[in-house]
Amino acid sequence: MNFSNFLFMGQEIGLVILFVFLFLYDTFCSEKSKKYFQGVAVTLFAVLTAYGFCPSLLTGEAFGGLYISSAMTILMKNILNVATLVVLLQSCKWLSSEGTAHRQGEFYTITLITLLGMYLMVSAGNFMMLYIGMETASLPLACLAAFNKFREKSAEAGVKYILISAFSSGIMLFGLSFLYGGLGTLYFSDMSLGNMASPLVILGFVFFFGGLGFKLSLVPFHLWTADVYEGAPTSVTAYLSVVSKGAAAFALIFALYKVFGSIEAVWHPILWWLSVITITLGNLFAIRQTDIKRFFAFSSISQAGYILLGIIAGTAQGMTATVYYVLVYLFSNLAAFGVIAAVEHQSKGDTRIAAFNGLYKSNPVLAFVMMLAVFSLGGIPPFAGFFSKFLIFAAAYEQGNHILVFIALLNTVISLYYYLLIIKAMFIHEKEEQAVVKFRTDPYNRLSLFICVIGIFVVGIISCIYEGIGGLSFGI
Amino acid sequence: MNILSLFVAVPVLMILALFLCKSMKAIRTVMVTGASVLLLLAAVLTVLFFQERAVSDAEMLFVFTIPWYQPLNIGYTVGVDGISVAMLALSAIIVFTGVFSSWNMDMAKEYFLWYCLLSVGVFGFFISIDLFTMFLFYEVALIPMYLLIGLWGTGKKEYSAMKLTLMLMGGSAFLMIGIIGIYYASGHTTMNLVEIAKLSIPIEYQRWLFPATFLGFGVLGALFPFHTWSPDGHASAPTAVSMLHAGVLMKLGGYGCFRVAMYLMPEAAHELGWIFLILTGISVVYGAFSAVVQTDLKYINAYSSVSHCGLVLFAILMMNQTAMTGAVMQMLSHGLMTALFFALIGLIYGRTHTRDIREMGGLMKIMPFASVCYVIAGLASLGLPGLSGFVAEMTIFVGSFQHTDLFHRVFTIVACCSIVITAVYILRTVGKILYGPVQDKHHIGLPDAAWYEKVSVVVLIVGIVFIGMYPSGVSGIISDSLNPIIAKLNF
Repeated sequence: MNFSNFLFMGQEIGLVILFVFLFLYDTFCSEKSKKYFQGVAVTLFAVLTAYGFCPSLLTGEAFGGLYISSAMTILMKNILNVATLVVLLQSCKWLSSEGTAHRQGEFYTITLITLLGMYLMVSAGNFMMLYIGMETASLPLACLAAFNKFREKSAEAGVKYILISAFSSGIMLFGLSFLYGGLGTLYFSDMSLGNMASPLVILGFVFFFGGLGFKLSLVPFHLWTADVYEGAPTSVTAYLSVVSKGAAAFALIFALYKVFGSIEAVWHPILWWLSVITITLGNLFAIRQTDIKRFFAFSSISQAGYILLGIIAGTAQGMTATVYYVLVYLFSNLAAFGVIAAVEHQSKGDTRIAAFNGLYKSNPVLAFVMMLAVFSLGGIPPFAGFFSKFLIFAAAYEQGNHILVFIALLNTVISLYYYLLIIKAMFIHEKEEQAVVKFRTDPYNRLSLFICVIGIFVVGIISCIYEGIGGLSFGI
Repeated sequence: MNILSLFVAVPVLMILALFLCKSMKAIRTVMVTGASVLLLLAAVLTVLFFQERAVSDAEMLFVFTIPWYQPLNIGYTVGVDGISVAMLALSAIIVFTGVFSSWNMDMAKEYFLWYCLLSVGVFGFFISIDLFTMFLFYEVALIPMYLLIGLWGTGKKEYSAMKLTLMLMGGSAFLMIGIIGIYYASGHTTMNLVEIAKLSIPIEYQRWLFPATFLGFGVLGALFPFHTWSPDGHASAPTAVSMLHAGVLMKLGGYGCFRVAMYLMPEAAHELGWIFLILTGISVVYGAFSAVVQTDLKYINAYSSVSHCGLVLFAILMMNQTAMTGAVMQMLSHGLMTALFFALIGLIYGRTHTRDIREMGGLMKIMPFASVCYVIAGLASLGLPGLSGFVAEMTIFVGSFQHTDLFHRVFTIVACCSIVITAVYILRTVGKILYGPVQDKHHIGLPDAAWYEKVSVVVLIVGIVFIGMYPSGVSGIISDSLNPIIAKLNF
């Protein structure tokens, strides 16, 4: 074995080193120095994130094509890193509260391990690698979902998540066995040379896609989403809705473009219909929600449908739009979750939408950030969400999906309706008696919200980000 | 920096300055200064435009481009012709008067923040000639309405705000697919309107892109049956927002209809124009009839706006130079006059606390200044010669009657009837609330307009009289700018 192959895995190795360091720190340090743990962990992770942007990272294939590192995968990992960093910042306050304070170390180490799994999903050049990555990412996430273990809903979320993800990876593995049976290999590059059109391969693809659909929470594989999002601690929900979903979208894009490109005729209608159902049902269910975390669960389901729009295009433009969409979605959704985390912490776990009534009067800045977030999610200019929606629609339209784009556009009106409900609660409704009073958000969370707000404003206006992603993209 | 970009930059600077303001006085200073600068800019632009037009016969003047999203050929491209200049001047006047009409607002800082954002959208829309940028500004102008109505409105404000926002956003969904469609159908080489106009869009695409864009803009232009947001929205909105919305925002619809839908897709306009002509015909008459039976002053004016804006789209669809000139004149005239109406209704409502015409009477004795102005507005609305309404409607009907076929003739005659109906509801309102005995004892002794309200009202009346007395000056710059569009429509 050639150990120089490991050099391609710069980001993974950095992550593992950080993981080991934090694990040892948490295990062996004195009680006194434990209070620096959060600061050290977040700072080191920020360093790792910065390292990802360093231009000298090697690109190429390692271990005979098992692992692929390209400028695109590095970019995707950077996006995941930024999202994770923001989530870590948002979780600080919650982690240092009673009941979780002594388990801080666990949270960081588990989160980093899931992130490692997602790295491997993105960089996979072989379906076995993809599967291992997905498992590494899923199983520890169940621990995170159940992190508030004394709360019934959190435990329920953990159990639901682990059952569903075990089930979905079972289905996926079943599909992979068909693929292996049909093509005799699991390497991306070799598979695309085989006879893709055989029924066995197509059946395998459908199962594989179903398995990934659970991760992306596409309708009809979405049933776990609302319950898990509601029960899991808010920071974990944020992590699930952005990082986990983003990684799944990236993995799907690579698999479809690199391996299944030749059977586009098969997956195009599947994705077409799933996208329509996902967007529509996600939107319609979101209208009915009274709990803000369930609300954002359905909102994120419909956003996953929009992400499919870019993948469906099957062109470099589609890939660019998809990655860009995830980037914008990251800032918008995390800004919303940052506000939710702050308000929830202050109101002792009240996550009803009604808890946000009159937030503008008591905490204008938080209400303002929330407003930016939902406007960006709803695609209102001049915020980044408008640009990402426009670009993803343009990409889908270019390949002739006119009706699909039209349905998606009508859905943006529905989504605007329920996003405006949040605005209405914050700005127009009078606050309830037990509503939160004016408070100061903790500095970590403030930093995270600041990063998100900058992202919401800048990513859209500065076109070079989109153009930069475009330079790395490829089509089928 | 290009003079056109200043129209966007000034409101943005106003927003930033408002963030720093602490006292009401500072807020007013910022707003009045900013609005005056905008008014001044509009005046300077008009002068510069005439100078430039004399030496250049380019379609758009002061063109300026910054590349943006190059993979899709999107650019921040601005440029104006005579029509845009007229619309910019109108917007500047209404924004200026709107500030004076909202002199005493609760939460003034937030209110004016949204108000400035609204004006960013409006000005940006009229200066841009890039489809994407245009659409971006269009949406920027729509969304502040939700909070402006929802927070500062009256009556069933939450319902109206939501209805207005969703209906307009629904329209903009049609618009977005229309714009993406136009871009790809014209060979995805440019988003610049003027450039696209030189290319040809295949007729099979035009057949559905034209309705999509016309409908998208038409919703904002209160096209029947998508006008229902307008009465509720205008009735619930605070004074200055009604002014800006009815006065300027509804013009975005008319302007967009002919700048994008008609200009870029002339073949489909000829083929499918009749469908929309029927709808606008209904708008004109139905709006006027609805206004007759309303008892709320704002509803009367809102339905009258539906009727008058319907006339704008009606004239655009006549597709000849006279009628289209009339359409733009009607936009200007209706913008000024409806803003004047809303300013006066706000003034009256602020004192009497009712807008029901059955509960008012004899206001002429109580507030003579406001009442006289109301009469002037009413007369302008029903088309008295010497005021702007007459000029615009006359031009429109002369233009539409140039069509010799039965269909157009019939619709012209039907639309002409709306003038009579307008006279009915205007004279009824004026007679009821201004003359006759005082209905409510509490109204006696109410103060007349304050100085800031007078400023707002007088500026608008000056505008109306100017257009009425010197129509050739206004129609001159409009008519020249229509040449390329007419040339395209006549193939």
